[in-house]
Amino acid sequence: MGEIRLEKVHKAFGTTVVIPEIDLEIADNEFVVFVGPSGCGKSTLLRLIAGLEDTTSGRILIDGEDMTARAPAKRGLSMVFQSYALYPHMSVYNNIAFPLKMAGADKSVIEEKVRNAARILNLTDYLDRRPGQLSGGQRQRVAIGRAIVREPKAFLFDEPLSNLDAALRGAMRLEISELHHQLHTTMIYVTHDQIEAMTMADKIVVLNAGRIEQVGSPLELYRSPRNLFVAGFIGSPRMNFVQGPEAEKLGAATIGVRPEHLELSTGDGYWKGKVGVAEHLGSDTFLHVDVDGLGQVTARADGEIGLRHGETVFLTPIRERVHRFDDKGEAFS
Amino acid sequence: MATLQTRASARLMMTPAVVLLLLWMAVPLAMTLYFSMLRYNLLMPGMEEWAGFLNYRFFLTDPAFFAGLLNTLLLVGGVLAISVGGGILMALLLDQPFFGQGLVRLMVIAPFFVMPTVSALVWKNMLMHPVNGLFAWLARTFGLQPVDWFGQAPLFSIVMIVSWQWLPFATLILLTALQSLDSEQKEAAEMDGAGALSRFIYIVLPHMARAITVVVLIETIFLLSVFAEILVTTNGGPGVQTTTVTYLVYVQALLQFDVGGASAGGIVAVVLANIVAIFLVRLIGKNLD
Ligand SMILES: Nc1ncnc2c1ncn2[C@@H]1O[C@H](COP(=O)(O)OP(=O)(O)OP(=O)(O)O)[C@@H](O)[C@H]1O
Ligand SMILES: [Mg+2]
Repeated sequence: MGEIRLEKVHKAFGTTVVIPEIDLEIADNEFVVFVGPSGCGKSTLLRLIAGLEDTTSGRILIDGEDMTARAPAKRGLSMVFQSYALYPHMSVYNNIAFPLKMAGADKSVIEEKVRNAARILNLTDYLDRRPGQLSGGQRQRVAIGRAIVREPKAFLFDEPLSNLDAALRGAMRLEISELHHQLHTTMIYVTHDQIEAMTMADKIVVLNAGRIEQVGSPLELYRSPRNLFVAGFIGSPRMNFVQGPEAEKLGAATIGVRPEHLELSTGDGYWKGKVGVAEHLGSDTFLHVDVDGLGQVTARADGEIGLRHGETVFLTPIRERVHRFDDKGEAFS
Repeated sequence: MATLQTRASARLMMTPAVVLLLLWMAVPLAMTLYFSMLRYNLLMPGMEEWAGFLNYRFFLTDPAFFAGLLNTLLLVGGVLAISVGGGILMALLLDQPFFGQGLVRLMVIAPFFVMPTVSALVWKNMLMHPVNGLFAWLARTFGLQPVDWFGQAPLFSIVMIVSWQWLPFATLILLTALQSLDSEQKEAAEMDGAGALSRFIYIVLPHMARAITVVVLIETIFLLSVFAEILVTTNGGPGVQTTTVTYLVYVQALLQFDVGGASAGGIVAVVLANIVAIFLVRLIGKNLD
C-alpha cells in the first residue's frame, strides 16, 4: 500500500513562501512525476512528503494515517537523492544493508535481501567495491538498491538521472519504469526534464512557483493543456504561441500550435515565411521559420525534407489542433 | 600523477629542494651525533676527548630517563585524548546554528594565538594558584579544600594547560571536516532510520577519520617537544614528576653544562620520536591513502 494525500500543504522558509497551498492525491501503485521549472518547489514538496522539511501548515496522510509530524524514518518511504548520497566509506554491500542494519534485522535476513536487490539491479559483481570505484549509473543503482531493501510504501526520486549522460539517462529511465512494474510500489519522481515526465509517468503534476498548474496523464496534458504555462512546458519542441490579429480571427487572445500540427508546403498555405535554421535529427527535421507578421514559428517536418536556409515555405495549422487561450492565459474551446 | 614521464620530471624538479632539505637536516644531525660521542662539558673547555658510547650509557641508565619517557608518553597521550575528544564535541556544537556563531567561532580559536609561555603563566598564577587562583576561589566558595594543582597533580596540570592550547586547533580542523560532510548523506541516513548516535558513529566519524589522523600526527610532532609550559610552571618537578625527555636534555645541556650528554639525549629523543612516528603511521596511516 502506498496512498499519499496532501491536504492544504503550505510551506514558507521565514517570509519566503515556497508553496502557497497544495492539495494532491496520489493513488497506490501510481507513478507520479512532478515537473516544473527550476526553483518552483519540486524538491521542497518531495522533502515535505519525506519528512526532511516540516510543513508550515496542512496535513500529509499516508495510507490514511496523518504523518505530518512523524520522523522521516517512520513514514515508510525511501528516497533516492540527486547526488546519490551513498556512504563513501562503506562497501556497496554495506550501503545497501545500512537501512536493514538500522532497523535491527537479522544477519541472514539482511544477506538475503541485499543479494536479492543486487540481483534485480545487476550489482552482484560489485558488492565488495566502494562507491568511489563505481560508474555514475552503477552508483545510481546502488542508491536505488538501498531504497528498495526497505520495502517502502513509496519511493521518492529527486532528479535521480540529472548527473548522467544522455545515453545512460535513457537506459536508466527504462530500468526505473521496469522496476515500477516489478515492485508495484507508488513512486514519486521529480524532474525538470519533460521527456522523462512524458515517458515514465502515469500522472504528471505540473508545478509553477509552488502552485499546481495541472494534474493529468501525459496525453491529457499534451492534448488539452489548461493554460499557457502547461502548454508551453509540455511538448518538445515548445508550442508556438501567436498573439494579435491572427489570434483574434479565432476569437482568442493567444493561440497555440504545436510544431507537429503545422502542415508544410512549398506551394501555398495559410502563413508564408522564410526558412531560418533547420535542425536535422534524422527522423524529424525542425524548421525555424520566420513568418511574415508573426515572428519565429517552429514546425516539424519529415526527416529528409530538402528545404534550405532562406527558401520560402507555407505553413498551415491543423484547425482542430489549435489551442485557444483567453487574455488571462486560460485555455477555452 | 601517474605517467612515467611526469614522474621523472617531477623527480628532477624536486631534486634541489630535497638536497637542500637533506643538508639542512643532515649537518646538525651529524654534529649532534659527533658531540654525543665526546666528553664535552662547558665547565671544562678544551678538555674534550673521545668517549664512545659512554654518554648514551649514562643517559639511558639515568633513573630520570625512564621517568621522562613515561611522562612524555603520558603528556602526549593525555593531550591527544583531551584535544581530539574535546575537539570533536566542540566541532559538533559549533556546527549547530546558533546566535553569534561567527563571533564564538572566532573566540574559540583565540587560545591558539597565545604564546605557550604566556598561557602557562596565566594558568599557573591566575587559575591554578592554590591561594589566588580562580579554581581555589571556586573551591572555597563551595566550601571545599583548594587543590594545590602543581603540588598534587603536576603532570595532570600540565596536560590541562597544553590541551587548552591545542583544543582550538583540533576543533578548527574537525569543524571544517564536519562542514564538508554532504548534507544529503545525513538526510539519507536519517531516512534509513539511523538515530543521532548511529549517524554519528556510521556517517560522521568515518567522514572525519582523515581529519582526525591529521590532527593526531601534527599534534604528536609538536607535543613531543613541549618545553616552555614545563619550564615556567614546575621546572620538571616535584622531583622528576613532570620531567619529559625534552626537558631532560635541557637539564643536561644548560643546567649541568654537559653538551656530550645532552647530545646523546637529543639523539635518543630523535630515535624515540621516530619510533612513535612509525607506530602512528602504521596505526592510522591507512586513513591517508
Ligand atoms: N532552506 C531554504 N531556505 C530558504 N529558501 C529555500 C530553502 N530551500 C529552498 N528554498 C527556495 O524554495 C524555492 C524552491 O526550491 P526547490 O529546491 O524546491 O526548487 P526545485 O523545484 O527543486 O528546483 P530545481 O529544479 O532547481 O531543483 C527556491 O526558490 C529556493 O530558493
Ligand atoms: Mg530540486
